Amino acid sequence: MSEESERETNPPPPPPCPTVSQREQWMVESQVFQIYQLFATIPRNAQTLMLELQRDNHMQYVSKGLRHLSSAFSVLDANRPWLCYWIFHSIALSGESVDDELEDNAIDFLNRCQDPNGGYAGGPGQMPHIATTYAAVNSLITLGGEKSLASINRDKLYGFLRRMKQPNGGFRMHDEGEIDVRACYTAISVASVLNILDDELIQNVGDYIISCQTYEGGIAGEPGSEAHGGYTFCGLATMILIGEVNHLDLPRLVDWVVFRQGKECGFQGRTNKLVDGCYSFWQGGAVALLQRLSSIINKQMEETSQIFAVSYVSEAKESLDGTSSHATCRGEHEGTSESSSSDFKNIAYKFINEWRAQEPLFHSIALQQYILLCAQEQEGGLRDKPGKRRDHYHTCYCLSGLSLCQYSWSKHPDSPPLPNLVLGPYSNLLEPIHPLFNVVLGRYREAHEFFFTES
Amino acid sequence: MKEGEQQRVPLRERAEWSDVTPLPQNDGPNPVVPIQYTEDFSQVMDYFRAVYLADERSPRALALTAEAVQFNSGNYTVCQVRIKCFRLHLFLFISSLLQVWHFRRLLLESLKVDLNAELDFVERMAAGNSKNYQMWHHRRWVAEKLGPEARKNELEFTKKILSVDAKHYHAWSHRQWVLQALGGWEDELNYCTELLKEDIFNNSAWNQRYFVITRSPFLGGLKAMRESEVLYTIEAIIAYPENESSWRYLRGLYKGETTSWVNDPQVSSVCLKILRTKSNYVFALSTILDLICFGYLPNEDFRDAIDALKTADMDKQNLDDNEKGEQQNLNIAQNICSILEQVDPIRTNYWIWRKSRLPLSA
Repeated sequence: MSEESERETNPPPPPPCPTVSQREQWMVESQVFQIYQLFATIPRNAQTLMLELQRDNHMQYVSKGLRHLSSAFSVLDANRPWLCYWIFHSIALSGESVDDELEDNAIDFLNRCQDPNGGYAGGPGQMPHIATTYAAVNSLITLGGEKSLASINRDKLYGFLRRMKQPNGGFRMHDEGEIDVRACYTAISVASVLNILDDELIQNVGDYIISCQTYEGGIAGEPGSEAHGGYTFCGLATMILIGEVNHLDLPRLVDWVVFRQGKECGFQGRTNKLVDGCYSFWQGGAVALLQRLSSIINKQMEETSQIFAVSYVSEAKESLDGTSSHATCRGEHEGTSESSSSDFKNIAYKFINEWRAQEPLFHSIALQQYILLCAQEQEGGLRDKPGKRRDHYHTCYCLSGLSLCQYSWSKHPDSPPLPNLVLGPYSNLLEPIHPLFNVVLGRYREAHEFFFTES
Repeated sequence: MKEGEQQRVPLRERAEWSDVTPLPQNDGPNPVVPIQYTEDFSQVMDYFRAVYLADERSPRALALTAEAVQFNSGNYTVCQVRIKCFRLHLFLFISSLLQVWHFRRLLLESLKVDLNAELDFVERMAAGNSKNYQMWHHRRWVAEKLGPEARKNELEFTKKILSVDAKHYHAWSHRQWVLQALGGWEDELNYCTELLKEDIFNNSAWNQRYFVITRSPFLGGLKAMRESEVLYTIEAIIAYPENESSWRYLRGLYKGETTSWVNDPQVSSVCLKILRTKSNYVFALSTILDLICFGYLPNEDFRDAIDALKTADMDKQNLDDNEKGEQQNLNIAQNICSILEQVDPIRTNYWIWRKSRLPLSA
């Protein structure tokens, strides 16, 4: 007893050598806090300058890529629709668009990536791939206009998705390709936005994604793999789009996601991994989606607490009561699933039209601070973290995350936020996005009108 | 190798390719996102397109795919570009040389190549660039063809990569596939223990540990392993209470059996122990909050430990700790949320939301 008490009083000192994880984490924290301390010491007007989104420089950086990319980009030779998407989406987030000539050139180029049998390849004449299909479709929606939207061969694309679908509910990324949660999201997202989603494409997708939710609460790329921010966004968005989000353990998912925002103010992708600006969207997007599911989450929390409250009060009848409660819950879930699944075509549209105001679950001001002070390069482009190089991918997803932050308190998806909710000058305000697709809201609405009223 | 690089002969100057007309990529008159390919790169790809469209199943086509893949491994580029190339492959959706890897698999099947040699090839390519979905997909395909004989090689291969990057997502996913498809479970728990001994914050190793105890055919499953794993985890928690991985793992050990989690005195005991240290107690408080929401009744020791963490501001809120039963539980839960708002400011919004959703207030 005294020995135990003594041990509690004087816990054994930790080993002298920090682990790799600790060293790397402390190094990043040191870099970030140095920036924040510098920021805290400069005059207010200088602070405002530091917090300014260098919009013109970012636009100059991404626009240049539309006309010229160095030979280093050869490694992205099979991903050119992604380059299109990262660039066009960044431009649209800024409230701008490209000129008519570039637009026509982009439509023509993406058409050359479109496979005769459906889907889009990573380059002209290459194999179609679900991820580059998502990138191409989102690019064309972002460009907007009838010429762009009409260039998508939906019938052939549907056939491509059906060929990629697996009995276990997953999708192959390409012919004989890998199966994971990314493929589920890119396939379902594209089918949903183009109004070609049906029961065949949805079949068993929910089961596959449920098998990827880990003991941590987040979602992994494959069953058994580690919970990861990119896959969590993909899995969650997919479950919403197919009307089965109530089958995820949402309270655990919320808890996992909110703990991915660290003291650096940005999000990490996995537990005990380093902060990365792109998770401003992948994790920030997941928490933004969860914010809009509060009624379902509340229901799940009430159900579980009621079950165990009953169990506690009447422990002798634990087994019987537990069984009964579970049966009741399952029935309700099935009811919810049935009613919503028959309406999956409208889920994405309703998601933004039946927006319920709810305070954000993450620290949106802190995340804006990370993006503007740590991820932003003053000369243009955004990045992973201080010390890393800017690139189009991080520019796109940091700006997307910034938009989510700015509108995180909004009562309607596109109602302008109050100035105090936008860190830095109000000119930092970006266009709102549809969080399920990461497409600027206005372009989504135009696409919805085109694809849903035409038929 | 270096000498070989310098003496590389362009394809169009090699006799064995004289019968092939290279096929340029049809970018159209005004392509967007145009990549300024090096002459070497575009030449290799032009020849590749020609043999691909001709569906030529030949040894020279196989050699050509190897040459194309090497370009993306940085073997023929300057160091600076190689670094840039490497970083680009960290992205979530990016596939590299999709068509080349795909065609290579068709060739391997048609030409009945020794697949063990293919494992060597993949390993050499992984040296320069191991975060490439296509390479890992290819590796899985080859190992699957080889069957159980590939087990040892695959476990060694992933182990080598994990020794350099202990959290390599693709390597771990591949290793899990190997275990499930080819076996090799016997030493896996020991492997996890070793990695966690080196770095107790390695969440990938914790995840693998969970994978093993739940799926290994030798261990009997979660229930059978729970007692020993709880002891292991509690020791890790006490050593580093700020380590989120061990707390989430502990919760996972009771997955599907929340009642056991609530009623296990080991769980509440370790929380109390950490609270009394008055440092790094965010996860302990969060766990107690969850326990209370699932029906746990904290005793006086807990109430005292929690009171000790309250700030002067919170005392002024005059929360009544003297009420009984459900009301008392509600007050304790509210106090926990208030404390967490203070000590975990990045998650203030979350704790406020949790406070508004406490079950006993419904």
